[in-house]
Amino acid sequence: MVKLTFVQPDGASRTVDAEPGVTVMEAAKLNDIPGIEAECGGACACATCHVYVDPEWVDKTGKPEAIEEDMLDFAFDVRKESRLSCQIKVTPDLDGLTVRVPAKQF
Amino acid sequence: MALDEAVAVTGATEIDAVVIGAGPVGLFAVFELGLVDIKTLVIDILDRPGGQCAELYPEKPIYDIPALPTVTGQELTDRLLEQIKPFGAQFVFGERVDELQRGEDGRFHLKTDAGREIVAKVVVIAAGGGSFTPKRPPLEGIEAYEGKSVHYAVRRMEDFRGKDVLIVGGGDSALDWTLNLAPLAKSLTLMHRRDEFRGAPHSVEQMRALVAEGKVSLVIGQVTKLHGETGNLEAVTAKTSDGAEQRLAVNAILPFFGLTMKLGPVAHWGLNLNENLVLVDTEKFETSEKGIFAVGDINWYPGKLKLILSGFHEVALMAQQAHKYVHPEKKLMFQYTTSSSSLQKKLGVK
Repeated sequence: MVKLTFVQPDGASRTVDAEPGVTVMEAAKLNDIPGIEAECGGACACATCHVYVDPEWVDKTGKPEAIEEDMLDFAFDVRKESRLSCQIKVTPDLDGLTVRVPAKQF
Repeated sequence: MALDEAVAVTGATEIDAVVIGAGPVGLFAVFELGLVDIKTLVIDILDRPGGQCAELYPEKPIYDIPALPTVTGQELTDRLLEQIKPFGAQFVFGERVDELQRGEDGRFHLKTDAGREIVAKVVVIAAGGGSFTPKRPPLEGIEAYEGKSVHYAVRRMEDFRGKDVLIVGGGDSALDWTLNLAPLAKSLTLMHRRDEFRGAPHSVEQMRALVAEGKVSLVIGQVTKLHGETGNLEAVTAKTSDGAEQRLAVNAILPFFGLTMKLGPVAHWGLNLNENLVLVDTEKFETSEKGIFAVGDINWYPGKLKLILSGFHEVALMAQQAHKYVHPEKKLMFQYTTSSSSLQKKLGVK
């Protein structure tokens, strides 16, 4: 199991266990993390699972691919460390990953 | 299809059944209703059939359609259209059903946002996640500006003449309206979060040329605040890519951030709802209003799964009950398409 921490806009945080192979979005939904809507169910088609990856983890999570970058155009308050959590696959390398949930998902 | 008729709608269209939503479940409803001799008219707010399958993931494979190990959203839509062809359903695209009322004759009277009127014996709501509506940027107080200074579509280009216009977005809508409104507007600013555009390369080139000529200003950034009293926009604050804040004097904004799904008018038709979903029984998939059915992602019942295949099952059972309303005088005999000559005749295979 891999530990993932979700930090809410008000600073509240929760750490959950995720099975390698699921996406960060799926781990959030399985654990009822507020603020991750995932309207399209993980098809990289809606930008409502937007998160900010903790700057220390950006290298490990990697950069968004072109299709994800395009979809991020539909997110609100996009920053350098913005990702769609449905496009980040949980791997043992990501044990301890911290992501922040934006104030709004649009 | 909608535009040519939007001008003059004369009289109401009469039909057996109206299906609201042309997604996979709405399309298959045409099939099941057709098998029991019910003529349908399908209405969708999008400009083409397929619903979420065509709008959100036309190229994504779907793996859980029985007998189709893998099929994309677009292929599934195309196959369904082929399958329902024999039933000659009427289609209305680009319109949303706003009003639904039962008339004195017991039939349902529907009215679309384009003023089209339809009278039907039964109504099948297959509206999925609801109607696709433009995404509203979650900026504080934006509601007050909507319709006055913030517009999600261009209804009349003249409305933007002489204005300081801000267009936000990086796709075709943002680019097209930048090109079209630049000659009319007093000033036109295009704002996008990055210096890369998803729109057609030709439009991007044209936009870049206008920027080079000084006719359009391009700002790489995002709007963070709206300024102005009583819905009359005076300026926006934008955060540019380097983190700096910039104030832009504009009095009209066109944000283009794609579409989202909202339940929309369905919520006001007096149907019993459960958290934004329409409550139905699991025998007929009928709502709290007799003759109005809800199928697919928009309905709820204990154990509901939002799967296309569940929607297919739902329409088959719905059609049995719909038949009682549309053809009360006829007894319905259960038949198989493999052996029934009358069904095969309807399908045009015999």
